[in-house]
Amino acid sequence: MSQVNRLTHGGRIDRRQPLTFTFNGQRYQGFAGDTLASALLANGVDVIGRSFKYSRPRGIVAAGAEEPNAIMQIGSTEATQIPNVRATQQPLYAGLVAASTNGWPSVNNDLMGILGKVGGKMMPPGFYYKTFMYPQNLWLTYEKYIRKAAGLGRVPTEIDPDSYDHMNQHCDVLVVGAGPAGLAAALAAARSGARVILADEQEEFGGSLLDTRELLDGQPAADWVAKAIAELDATPDVTLLSRATVNGYHDHNFLTIHQRLTDHLGEKAPMGQVRHRVHRVRAKRVVLASGAHERPLVYANNDLPGNLVAGAVSTYVRRYGVAPGQKLVLSTNNDYAYRVALDWLEAGREVVAIADARQNPRGAWVEEARAKGIRVLTGAAVTEARGSTRVSGARVAAIDIKGFRTTSPGEWLNCDLIATSGGYSPVVHLASHLGGRPLWREDIQAFVPGPAPQKRVCAGAVNGVFALGDVLADGFEAGATAAGEAGLKPVAGEVPRAEHRFEEPSLALFQVPHEKSTARAPKQFVDLQNDVTAAGIELACREGFESIEHVKRYTALGFGTDQGKLGNINGLAIAARVQNKAIPEVGTTMFRPNYTPVTFGAVAGRHCGHLMEPVRFTALHGWHVKQGALFEDVGQWKRPWYFPKAGEDLHAAVARECKAVREKVGILDASTLGKIDIQGPDAREFLNRVYTNAWTKLEVGKARYGLMCKEDGMVMDDGVTACLADNHFLMTTTTGGAARILEWLELYHQTEWPDLKVYFTSVTDHWATMTLSGPESRNLLAELTDIDLDKDAFPFMSWREGTVGGVPARVFRISFTGELSYEINVQADYAMGVWEQLIEAGKKYGLTPYGTETMHVLRAEKGFIIVGQDTDGSVTPQDLGMGWAVSMNKPFSFIGKRGMNRQDCLKADRKQLVGLKPVNPKAVLPEGAQLVFNTQQPIPMTMIGHVTSSYYSASMGFGFALAVVKGGLGKMGQKVYAALRDGTFVEAEIVSSVFYDPKGERQHV
Amino acid sequence: MLHIQCPHCGELRSEEEFHAAGQAHIPRPLDPDNCTDAEWGDYMFFRDNPRGIHHELWVHATGCRRYFNVTRNTETYEILETYKIGEQPQVNGKPVVVAKAIEGETV
Repeated sequence: MSQVNRLTHGGRIDRRQPLTFTFNGQRYQGFAGDTLASALLANGVDVIGRSFKYSRPRGIVAAGAEEPNAIMQIGSTEATQIPNVRATQQPLYAGLVAASTNGWPSVNNDLMGILGKVGGKMMPPGFYYKTFMYPQNLWLTYEKYIRKAAGLGRVPTEIDPDSYDHMNQHCDVLVVGAGPAGLAAALAAARSGARVILADEQEEFGGSLLDTRELLDGQPAADWVAKAIAELDATPDVTLLSRATVNGYHDHNFLTIHQRLTDHLGEKAPMGQVRHRVHRVRAKRVVLASGAHERPLVYANNDLPGNLVAGAVSTYVRRYGVAPGQKLVLSTNNDYAYRVALDWLEAGREVVAIADARQNPRGAWVEEARAKGIRVLTGAAVTEARGSTRVSGARVAAIDIKGFRTTSPGEWLNCDLIATSGGYSPVVHLASHLGGRPLWREDIQAFVPGPAPQKRVCAGAVNGVFALGDVLADGFEAGATAAGEAGLKPVAGEVPRAEHRFEEPSLALFQVPHEKSTARAPKQFVDLQNDVTAAGIELACREGFESIEHVKRYTALGFGTDQGKLGNINGLAIAARVQNKAIPEVGTTMFRPNYTPVTFGAVAGRHCGHLMEPVRFTALHGWHVKQGALFEDVGQWKRPWYFPKAGEDLHAAVARECKAVREKVGILDASTLGKIDIQGPDAREFLNRVYTNAWTKLEVGKARYGLMCKEDGMVMDDGVTACLADNHFLMTTTTGGAARILEWLELYHQTEWPDLKVYFTSVTDHWATMTLSGPESRNLLAELTDIDLDKDAFPFMSWREGTVGGVPARVFRISFTGELSYEINVQADYAMGVWEQLIEAGKKYGLTPYGTETMHVLRAEKGFIIVGQDTDGSVTPQDLGMGWAVSMNKPFSFIGKRGMNRQDCLKADRKQLVGLKPVNPKAVLPEGAQLVFNTQQPIPMTMIGHVTSSYYSASMGFGFALAVVKGGLGKMGQKVYAALRDGTFVEAEIVSSVFYDPKGERQHV
Repeated sequence: MLHIQCPHCGELRSEEEFHAAGQAHIPRPLDPDNCTDAEWGDYMFFRDNPRGIHHELWVHATGCRRYFNVTRNTETYEILETYKIGEQPQVNGKPVVVAKAIEGETV
């Protein structure tokens, strides 16, 4: 395949390394050093996609991050699909497979294009909303087809084979951008001994120096770049990050950098390598040298392939050895763009004419072009392009900018390439991420970064400094300043000598006037990615969208992956012209991270799959796995849910486990309960203050159930706390509440009662807890312990120290099932041995391991609550019928006391916890079901509560539930109805929440 | 992401080590039982939401686990000082001039 537009020499590509690639199914060849965009241009590919809304053919217009059109789908396999890659930022590699993201059925034969051409005038801003608004319920149908016709890339449906990571970095000076200003700043900072990170988004460091015709110290600028990089590379404490886009500027000089480590090697990272990395950098000082984007001019049909931003033409010619056409017309309002015509001539191509909007330009570049015999038309601009899928001509007319009109009919020039330059927009995105609004500078017709509290220095083009010599000086100074502010002694450095050229100021020109009105002229595009035209912005302003934020949202100006890099200033200028305002009065829209799109893989880093979140296992986890347990996630913990035997489902297994506990003995791994060791002379007083019940009289050796409320009087946590010694307690919390409760205790100790001598230590992981529960538990435990288990020597709600299975243990006689129970606590690393001895000894008692599901059923049969399931932050102890756990007579006003005495908490019709017994014994109410008293009332019905827990009880032979019901404690025996999703109701009777062994005899035996 | 000087650890550490715990200097009434509902409601629910200087309570949750106070500018997110529980802020009232804060290191 021939590369028709490839120059025979020049550029930074390696002509000895041809690379084959595929675009839209067709094979092409490029060279190492190409981007996908330069390779496509080299092969004369004009149409690279269809536009978003009008489906007009589009070509490449830029050479960097600001490219709005060349958005590609990359990848040869499903798993390696990458959507929305800018061809200008994708280095070419052998075998690259790319496709247009727009264009259906194909870019060259696009059905929508007909609509775009014929119906273009019928698709103003808001078209979809205005047209497809009625009937409303059909929008979903319309939307499907609209998305198909528009749409960007698609996400892969298979799992990404690559890995990604994050890296934390610290430095004295982070330099953003490695163009002339950034390199100079990095050199100055490095020479003063600063820890420097230099990050640049391109394949190579150097920025504009890689394609400039200007000389430094009389040598090609790229030579100086090589020397500067070599020096930085050899300096210790300098980190060079290429292919690394600084994407976000966050608080306190925290910046995120998205580095594409292997995208230049292939669609999949080589074995063992990370594809993308996010550097999380905390920098003492930041030098922003993010440069400027050239603004294209806005004129009729400026979206035809063959319309390029002027500087991009030079970049393709000088950096990639590609001339994207034969005959150039250049339209400019400034001197610097003239270099493009000189580069084009040197490439052996024809410059048809330069149209300069200024009346009498006399700058050095201008005179050099004139001297080369180039035709320069002054006071003129390209007003319209013509062509079907490629530019074939440009109309150049004299213009009156103030009057916004053309003053001559103009001349059609034959050409296949139109390059335009409307000036340079500093890349102020990063400088504005934290809300700092950019400032308008009339002298350079551009926004520059405004003041901000961040510790940053701006240098070079982003600062509105454009001449190369000035840029380098600005960069050196910024680097030295940043290093000095970071606490280092700046070292005076040598600045390379740039040629000085006389340049005249540019002229404010954004939208070029056309002989017809904006509304009637052929489309003049402002935002190519979102198909926003000058006429669209005019219309938006006329319809009353005056604020630029509203104009943006109505027209989509600056949306998408583009974020208005080329179009925003032109759009502002048009809105300002229409509203007869100055540009700074219109202002800019907000800039937000990220500067360019970041892959989800990079965002996630290592936090995916089993590393998504920490997982906690108990000391007995391996045993549960071997027994075939199914697991339930409780907080970060994996807890055995149930232990099915062959052929058993959840219900069968739970029925068997429940029966074993009620009739014989079961064993539960309860290690995940939060445990907080509380010590100090004031420990008891502290408990009195944070729990609702009284702790003053709890003797050593005893344990007590406690309720914890927030200041509003609502239940927050519960658990059993045991008195280990007069100044030593062990508190248990819910599994999920452990960390939160510890922080809560610390809060009150540190801020309210620092005078109390008390200390808190989390010991959750230090102790493993094995619960034996059931009538046979005493007999079983007796075989393995030296503790006297006599019912009087070791009564209910007490604890004893001794050995179990030969290791030191604390045994708590407390019960969450209502059966005789012992909770055996041993050091976690002894747990497996003790557990196995219990299992072995338990065989003759029918010992059955049970999981959380059985635990839930058994506790609910007893009416024991689970905080967070039966409570929801709006339930007081009294609402739960647990007033017995509240001691209103304690001298200190405990946390929650005042709250639960508010008027609202004392009302009789608060939702209160009750039991529900469905009239049909087979029925099991759905958890969460809403309850009503009367099913005949009109909808919306008065809901009087909801089901909080619901199970089928094998031992009782019927379904049962816990629920909160308005005034429920006073409505025993009444009927309520649970409303189901299908409109039917289940009838149930309000009963006591304690279904099983209401007198509590079984746990006391 | 904020960079917070823990006054107990004496180091600047990243925000992810900390939890914010609301407005600082909200003492629990000494005699809650004799508070009116209005007084109790003030303590429970009413907080300032200033644009500018704000005193906040933070905890070094994955560090020393200790609580401390932060004076933060809610407009710029600058942290002007951190100080221990029981101490009083040095920075009060209106936001300090932004330009001044650029120069000094975080206190």
